[in-house]
Amino acid sequence: MIIHAVFFYTFSIVAIFSSVMVLASKNTVHSVFFLILDFISISCLFIMIGAEFLGMMMLIVYVGAVAVLFLFVVMMLNVAQQKNEWFASTKSSTHIPFGLLFSIIIFFELIIVVGGWKYKENVSNSLSLDIISETTNTHSIGNVLYTEYIHLFQLSGMILLVSMIGAIVLTFRKRSGIKRQSYFKQISRERNEGVELVDVKNKEGIKIDD
Amino acid sequence: MIEIGLGHYLSLGAIIFTIGIAGIFLNRKNIIVILMSIELILLSVNINLVSFSVFINDLTGQIFTLIVLTVAAAEAAIGLAIIVVYFRNSGTIRVEEIDKLKG
Repeated sequence: MIIHAVFFYTFSIVAIFSSVMVLASKNTVHSVFFLILDFISISCLFIMIGAEFLGMMMLIVYVGAVAVLFLFVVMMLNVAQQKNEWFASTKSSTHIPFGLLFSIIIFFELIIVVGGWKYKENVSNSLSLDIISETTNTHSIGNVLYTEYIHLFQLSGMILLVSMIGAIVLTFRKRSGIKRQSYFKQISRERNEGVELVDVKNKEGIKIDD
Repeated sequence: MIEIGLGHYLSLGAIIFTIGIAGIFLNRKNIIVILMSIELILLSVNINLVSFSVFINDLTGQIFTLIVLTVAAAEAAIGLAIIVVYFRNSGTIRVEEIDKLKG
């Protein structure tokens, strides 16, 4: 049991430290790396408490896709050299005490909610989808995800499709002076546009314009 | 202290949520860090869902975490695309200089 506590405190301290460093580091590339460290330690926590499918899924989705996407954009926009100017901001530096005040208020509200949770007696299950200890976590998620939650599953697929189309449409740019292939033009081309029959006179030849 | 219960995980989620909120408020650098703070907030929501799901012994929270994961990925893709387009049009993504709407 003590090893559980040791691992929990290690991973959570790493997670909190790296999520502070996401905000505080000077370089945006370093922020992305600390974000990756944060995701890795949280997924280790998930694996530790027995949600190993979600831990692996977070590694794949966040570290493999989202964080690398952030890294691409940071490097492409060349904003890594912008220095952090929290406290040297000249125009309006009133945002710092307000921001700290609001976040501390939100933190204490959440702590109050957690403390109130401790004294609640009975918790009612929503659908009584009990976690069965004989099957693995992935097995039981698969049993439920494709039967009870099939509509949510397909809807999340639709969300991914819409976001993919949106990202492509947003970043699509029409450049002038670049020849593109147009399937519609190619297919709708007819014979009398492309072929011309010419009578070639003897010993004169014909001029072919190129 | 040694016995790790639900309260520890919820406190961790609350701390990371607060750090994300503070990042949105305090940021002056660029908008990408704000997007990363939103990712932190979604991560803390995932911590809450998974820890409740494990400690109540109900699988529904883990399914919801999957859905939140999907939405987070879609949101990151769309947000970064909007940032790329904005940078192409105006040449900056500093938070102080994005004031076209005069809000």
